[in-house]
Amino acid sequence: MTVILNEGDSAGTAGAAQGSPVDAAPEPDKAMTRGRLVLIRFMRNRLALIGLIIIVAMYLLAFVGPLLSQWSYEDRDYSAFLQPPYADHIFGTDNIGTDMFAQTMRGLQKSLIIGLLVALISTTVAAIVGATAGYFLGVADKALMWVVDLLLVLPSFLIIAILSPWFRGKSWWLLVLMLAAFQWMITARIVRGMTLTLKEREFVKAARFMGQPARTIIAKHIVPNMASLLIIDATINVATAVLAETGLSYFGFGVQSPDVSLGTLIGNFAQSATTFPWLFLFPAGFLVVFVLAVNWVGDGLRDALDPTSTRVRRKEKKDTKEKAA
Amino acid sequence: MAGFLLRRLVNYVVLALVATFLAFTLASVTFDPIGLLQQRNPPPPAASIEAKKRDLHLDQPIPQRFVTWMSGVVQGDFGRTVADRPITDELGRRIGVSLRLFLLGITIGILFGVLIGVVSAIRQYKFSDYFATLFSFILLSTPVLVLGNLLKIGAQSINNSIGSNVLIFVGEETPGFQGNWFEHLGDRLQHLILPTLAIALGQIAYYSRYQRSSMLDVLGSDFLRTAQAKGLTRRKALMKHGLRTALIPMATLFAFGFGLLVVGGTFTERIFTWYGMGDWLVTGISAQDTNITATVTLFVAVCVLFSGWLADVLYAALDPRIRVN
Repeated sequence: MTVILNEGDSAGTAGAAQGSPVDAAPEPDKAMTRGRLVLIRFMRNRLALIGLIIIVAMYLLAFVGPLLSQWSYEDRDYSAFLQPPYADHIFGTDNIGTDMFAQTMRGLQKSLIIGLLVALISTTVAAIVGATAGYFLGVADKALMWVVDLLLVLPSFLIIAILSPWFRGKSWWLLVLMLAAFQWMITARIVRGMTLTLKEREFVKAARFMGQPARTIIAKHIVPNMASLLIIDATINVATAVLAETGLSYFGFGVQSPDVSLGTLIGNFAQSATTFPWLFLFPAGFLVVFVLAVNWVGDGLRDALDPTSTRVRRKEKKDTKEKAA
Repeated sequence: MAGFLLRRLVNYVVLALVATFLAFTLASVTFDPIGLLQQRNPPPPAASIEAKKRDLHLDQPIPQRFVTWMSGVVQGDFGRTVADRPITDELGRRIGVSLRLFLLGITIGILFGVLIGVVSAIRQYKFSDYFATLFSFILLSTPVLVLGNLLKIGAQSINNSIGSNVLIFVGEETPGFQGNWFEHLGDRLQHLILPTLAIALGQIAYYSRYQRSSMLDVLGSDFLRTAQAKGLTRRKALMKHGLRTALIPMATLFAFGFGLLVVGGTFTERIFTWYGMGDWLVTGISAQDTNITATVTLFVAVCVLFSGWLADVLYAALDPRIRVN
């Protein structure tokens, strides 16, 4: 995490200058870089830290957990049908005797991978397209704005659901691409807006007058200056993608069998939610806790990377109050 | 101002048409109702498959199919389903079911969302603010497909502890219910409570966050201080100058919220077995029925269009600068 933040830092972000030195509490023997500053601010936010721990733990659990369990998702325990959680099956079993822990972990794996991939792809596309549209303006810009407007009328959920018969029985990678294809537009619009301002800054003008090609200017001067926004956006996008995937899979429009995700599990067991609640509660619980953790981290990152946002402002207010008292 | 509203209206109508055309085309390309028909056991005779193809206009190119369908729509005929039932027969009832749910949900959502947001902003960093923040964080991380089922589980245990079926979570009314209109109303209300909650809770959380931050921005502004300095009470200044200004950015959000609402409504209808438009969309896509899908898309588009236009009217009412230009 620090590595990424440091990259954004070395590109020389103007925001660093505005970072309030009150927050920093510098140690005398180490130079205060922006990365360290951001890290300190982030670590101070307890909810964000808890969120980060939860996210890391979930990714670990999803991939290591199944190895520790004696049941695989293909096993059937013929001595235990529809058992609530007990020592042998810590998450209980379903109506054909499959261990719910193994199933939940398998679903979690797929959902988490899809979330991560979609976030990475869509944020990358948003940065490239948004910066290009903002830099060159013209037709590309108009088209982008119009597509975003259209998406408000025709929700991406609807489009992917309509396309679902087409990718039935095909790889889940297609779903990743579909989800990413409809998630970048709104960010792209924000990136475009920021590009419009950045374009007029001295260092971009200087680079242009020195004869650097547009491609280099966008890659080296414009995009790195939006690192904060892009990092926050990529984080939040993981949660958005997981939610979109589970929503589609709930109806059978997303991840298709033989693959299993949290959404398909929740969808399959929703009917038994009132009679055999553990079948529903475990996958649903993992989903909610994961999304909550991502939101906390996103919030913490926003506060740490963008010192003018509310939480830090509150700290400063408190500080001034204490000083006044 | 009339010119502004008219221009926006035209823009929305074009968007709605494009959205419906896109949905129709995508559905026509991906759906294969004939393939589904052939998979039946025993397979239907070749002659009836040919007849079905003709009935569904599958022999025509897609743009022509759209024109045929659209010219029917203009005259109030939305075509026939794959199962050969006229869509118009069901349309009115389903729209009624959905709108009853949506309008109540969004009204409660906006009212309480704005109220909680404003109170949180005015009483910033008091207990109520922290409580509202935590609650909306959790609600925003809980997708409707989880929330709805959780409400069901909760209602089940409440019903069990009371010993009677007070909160009903199946259908929109008791089939074959006998009684006078007052008892009918009570029966409907019993069915309405849970689905409305499922929709409204998420909306409240969503709007209250934005209302809180837009109100906070206004609270620190000079004009509010001036209003109080010239002798207005704090309450009056907040209501007349503060809230009104803080509502302006929310107007766009309310319109955007409707698109989310339609998607959320789909889950709510499925979870609580309401046969509305959202439910129809899922059945339509599962049956690979282009006409149903296009009809629902048109409904969604018109809803978003209308709420978007309403937002513009609201915008003009709240912000005098728009009325002048």
